[in-house]
Amino acid sequence: MIRFDAVTKQFPDGTIAVDDLTLTAPTGKITVLVGPSGCGKTTSLRMVNRMIEPTSGTISLDGQDTGRMNAAELRRGIGYVIQHAGLFPHRTVLDNIGTVPRLLGWDKKRTRDVSAELLERVGLAPELGARYPAQLSGGQQQRVGVARALAADPPVMLMDEPFSAVDPVVRDQLQDEFLRLQSELGKTILLVTHDIDEAIKLGDQVAVLRVGGRLAQVAEPAYLLAHPADDFVADFVGRDRGYRALQFQQVPRLPLRAEPTVLLGEVPSRSDSAWLLVVDGSRRPVGWVEPGRVGQRAVTEADLHRGGTVARAEGSLRGALDAALSSPSRRGVIVDDAGELCGTVLAHEVLTAIEETDRPERDEGLS
Amino acid sequence: MTWLGDNWRTVLDLAVSHLYLAGVPLVIGLVLALPLGWAAKRWAGAYPAIITGTGLLYTIPSLALFVMMPLLLGTKILDPVNVLVAMTIYTVALLVRTVADGLRAVPDHVEQAATAMGYRGLRRLFGVELPLAVPVIAAGLRVAAVSNVSIVSVASVVGVSQLGDLLVDGYNRVIWGELLTGILACVLLALLLDLVIQAGTRALTPWVRAQGGRP
Repeated sequence: MIRFDAVTKQFPDGTIAVDDLTLTAPTGKITVLVGPSGCGKTTSLRMVNRMIEPTSGTISLDGQDTGRMNAAELRRGIGYVIQHAGLFPHRTVLDNIGTVPRLLGWDKKRTRDVSAELLERVGLAPELGARYPAQLSGGQQQRVGVARALAADPPVMLMDEPFSAVDPVVRDQLQDEFLRLQSELGKTILLVTHDIDEAIKLGDQVAVLRVGGRLAQVAEPAYLLAHPADDFVADFVGRDRGYRALQFQQVPRLPLRAEPTVLLGEVPSRSDSAWLLVVDGSRRPVGWVEPGRVGQRAVTEADLHRGGTVARAEGSLRGALDAALSSPSRRGVIVDDAGELCGTVLAHEVLTAIEETDRPERDEGLS
Repeated sequence: MTWLGDNWRTVLDLAVSHLYLAGVPLVIGLVLALPLGWAAKRWAGAYPAIITGTGLLYTIPSLALFVMMPLLLGTKILDPVNVLVAMTIYTVALLVRTVADGLRAVPDHVEQAATAMGYRGLRRLFGVELPLAVPVIAAGLRVAAVSNVSIVSVASVVGVSQLGDLLVDGYNRVIWGELLTGILACVLLALLLDLVIQAGTRALTPWVRAQGGRP
């Protein structure tokens, strides 16, 4: 557990970066600090491992005041991930991962074994271990950054905009893998981002900070979207917060309809509908076709309209609604966990389901 | 070229002395420049003083410095130590700035990561900062090497033998072969030192090639 107790940071030029921050990041959970630039989120993060010293107040880890610990030793016990990965360019990937273990005095063999294991754990091929950071893509570097932070198995991790330097597709992928990793590891994580979507996706708890370093609200993401404490938070979480909140609401039993399909590579059998769903050999939807255009020949990849999104039956209402809205036939495609077609749903049916679901009314925060 | 054929043993002996007088100060100068450069980087306030101060040393004419050495060190006037110390001063003058700039060129996010991992003190300097400064320091070292080879030849005037003797003698006695040999030998020696430094840099920085030559 990381605890900020009335922490204030005033820089020598008089700027107050963090103002009387009291906040608890519970053990085993992801707490996200989010806010516009100048809200003191990074300063707050860096005070935890004393890269910045607070002007007043205390920060404790599991009840121990960090101000009384040796700074370098404290840091070796805290994983740290930064925006551009901050890898050491002169060291190979494996040596980068083994940085903290070596500082802690582990022998070479043990460090190497652990580093190789972590490389695999973050989804990188073993042969990348011998490369230098410059030979990796941005996304790969960021994975190495996460592996390096995990190397000495610290209970606490600090992450400063860990996924903002990569393109949106890679970011999404990294976020998903990070959540999967966290579900296995259960670290106490404090993560800083300026991106409210990222905060809502990753956080078990989200703390919104305002310029001047004052805490505006701390709550679980769904609660934050449903009940912003004031205009600032409402504005910051965005105008489409009502829509985004749907991602926290599981799909109830939706009235799925059976959807006629055609196998990719076969001739459409019926053409009374303007749009026909195409599936592959394992009944996984691959796209829509217009039978009128295809006529009496086999459906090819080139005929496919791939604009529609696909929602999982066990997924969120947001996914189901988006599937309906994005589908060219207006029929949203719903699949099971294996990706096989379950059926389709119309937007108004999802809306009915939404109306029947309660808004989240839980206590603020986790602790 | 008949002159060289008759005197190649002398030329070789002089070349070895030349290499010694230019090379040893290069190494000592580098070792001395490291803490000074580090201090200039560490304390931003001291940077201008250290850089300007050491830089000014390079403006002292070599002849004057060679002559002053016995007075400052209490050595004999013909002692080669005079030349070694003087050359070390020139090397320091050239390298302090290079070391400071090399250390300052370490990317900010790498410095931050080093701090956050719990690096400190000498381990940080030798483990992270210095290795990353090698390309910049090596570039400065190559300049210093060539400069040393060139300046050392002046030591003939204060009676310390090296390839400069060929220039002085060849000029005084108008022996073109000797003069030309002296010049060529100096150039070759400078090239040799340069190659050694380049090879050493290559061996120390495999990571630079990995990023396509960009340090």
